[in-house]
Amino acid sequence: MNADTVILILVATITAGVPLIFAALGELVVEKSGVLNLGVEGMMIVGAISGFMVAAESGQLWLGVLAGAGAGMLMALIFAFITLTLMANQVATGLALTIFGIGLSAYMGQAYSSVALEGIKSLHIPLLSDLPVLGQLLFSYDPLVYLALLLFPLLVWFLYHSRGGLVLRAIGESPTSAHALGYPVIRIRYLAVLFGGAMAGIGGAYLSLAYTPLWSEGMTAGRGWIALALVVFATWRPGRVLLGAFLFGGVTIAQFHVQGLGVDIPSQFLSMLPYLATIAVLVLISRNAKTIRLNAPASLGQAFHREVH
Amino acid sequence: MTNPFTTQRKPRLKTLLGSVLVASSLLLGAAQAEDKLKVGFIYVSPIGDAGWTYQHDTGRKALEEKFGDKIEVKVLDTIPEGAEAERVTRELASSGYKMIFGTSFGYMNPMLKVAKTFPDTHFEHATGYKTTDNLGNYNARFYEGRYLAGMVAGSMTKDNKLGYVAAFPIPEVLQGINAYMLGAQSVNPKIEMNVVWVNSWFDPGREREAADTLIDQGADVITHHTDSTAAVIAAQEKKKYAIAYHSDMSKYGKDAHLTAVTHHWGDYYIKQVQSQLDGTWKPGSIWGGIKDGMVDLAPMNDAVPADVKAKVEEAKGKIKDGSLHPFAGPVVDQDGKEIVAAGSNMSDEDMSKMAFYVKGITGKLPK
Repeated sequence: MNADTVILILVATITAGVPLIFAALGELVVEKSGVLNLGVEGMMIVGAISGFMVAAESGQLWLGVLAGAGAGMLMALIFAFITLTLMANQVATGLALTIFGIGLSAYMGQAYSSVALEGIKSLHIPLLSDLPVLGQLLFSYDPLVYLALLLFPLLVWFLYHSRGGLVLRAIGESPTSAHALGYPVIRIRYLAVLFGGAMAGIGGAYLSLAYTPLWSEGMTAGRGWIALALVVFATWRPGRVLLGAFLFGGVTIAQFHVQGLGVDIPSQFLSMLPYLATIAVLVLISRNAKTIRLNAPASLGQAFHREVH
Repeated sequence: MTNPFTTQRKPRLKTLLGSVLVASSLLLGAAQAEDKLKVGFIYVSPIGDAGWTYQHDTGRKALEEKFGDKIEVKVLDTIPEGAEAERVTRELASSGYKMIFGTSFGYMNPMLKVAKTFPDTHFEHATGYKTTDNLGNYNARFYEGRYLAGMVAGSMTKDNKLGYVAAFPIPEVLQGINAYMLGAQSVNPKIEMNVVWVNSWFDPGREREAADTLIDQGADVITHHTDSTAAVIAAQEKKKYAIAYHSDMSKYGKDAHLTAVTHHWGDYYIKQVQSQLDGTWKPGSIWGGIKDGMVDLAPMNDAVPADVKAKVEEAKGKIKDGSLHPFAGPVVDQDGKEIVAAGSNMSDEDMSKMAFYVKGITGKLPK
């Protein structure tokens, strides 16, 4: 494997990780507020078809991305209403949201599986993109990749260095205490869930508008579930979510390269590697039980009954 | 599929919707005239606009156009293989469908079971290998089209390196890979080819990643044996060439799409239904090729020079009249072992058990 191959693998790793980063960081915020939304896959795929439809009809790719975010939020709103206002079980509702999303997207997309779309193109930054090595490694992506990488520090700042983030985490730890202090638990959880929906929607729209600019049924192919798993295995820490997403993307790409180079390892084993490697690494670096307890939102998945307290 | 959750959950919803649909539509259907021949089609995936099921459905449309009011056709798509397929087949058979086509390999045993209990109903199963008194099977020699597509690829590559995105290492896929390589070698002996397995029939993201990998590793013509259009899109974006499978996918890559190996079932469906109407239907075991019109190449890109087109046309004619067999000896595998001796052709039986790479393909075949 020469230097060029390594660069190519790294570049492909970044883009492969991006849909997971959007969805997983969104879900991280949701879970930090104490809500468990298992509907990520459903929100993602509805975001994918909505983004594709709007982009195909309007010719505006960016409108498509916005539509993806909006559709994800609408899906999240359904979830929020059922679990936060009606206080239904979050696990069951989240699962239902995924099933609903997969069906709904198939229905919405009936007429769009034949549409060919010029996807979102990589940026070409004069001078910078032409630099040897660095140009390709740092300045050869489409704008959504930079958006994902920009969102990460913003999110870290919000969660750990802003007042809003402190309130959000407090609600996730102990909604009753936060409520007693006068914080609007339900409203903030609503906002967190909507944010998670928008992020999952963008993740889906990234797939249908930039990564593989096409619509076909079930095209998210389980990436929403991977994003969910990343949040848990990263023990609710944003840095590790990012690491996990890149690790997953990287091992996926690397195993294709290994196959292409003709290394004698069964491809079925290689296909399993991304899952295995990501889980193994995240579990190993996060195996301290105390930090897991510190990071896991204590009220995760429990409904908040205002009246009782 | 990459995730166990989705593979369980998706069919479940489909199952539910499917059974409601089947039940309600069968009730409606029963009320209609009895004298028409009722023909049922069972597909494994959504019809969509390209791919395996789409091509079968195009054949179904040709059938309806041909017979019009004489037949009544019902289509059930996205029916999972196994128990669900058996239930759906049984429902069709018990509500008066006299001819039932099932177009996925995994329908074989379910259809076999139902066929036993409905001796007066005729069943046709695609890509299987079992026959009974009222169950026939049909399949196409896709590898013949692959050989011709390989000739195109071998003529168009500048770096003598081809790439192949493949789903699962089963004989049908290997026939395609090896025939493609032999076709390419027939016009360009220096050719090399990488194969990347995605271990999924359908996952556009992974298909895209695999195609990108092959291009990054120097392949300048890629093809695929998976269900989405992702490989063609990847080639278009990276300004390389692609050869599509199942359907013409030229609108997904105007410049990249050289041609496609396409499937055509319409004539077969018409022939079988005609024989049913005439009362002469017999269970067959059909493996049709270019000669039968079941496999063809999509129109070629303007980038393909006239002499290449002529050469491919000539080879197509020879495959039709039987003077050219894609697996004509000598066929030598990767390790130099002679699989087919010079002067003889590989038998159908040997092809149906194919488990080797021909010489020139890099990498080891996953077992």
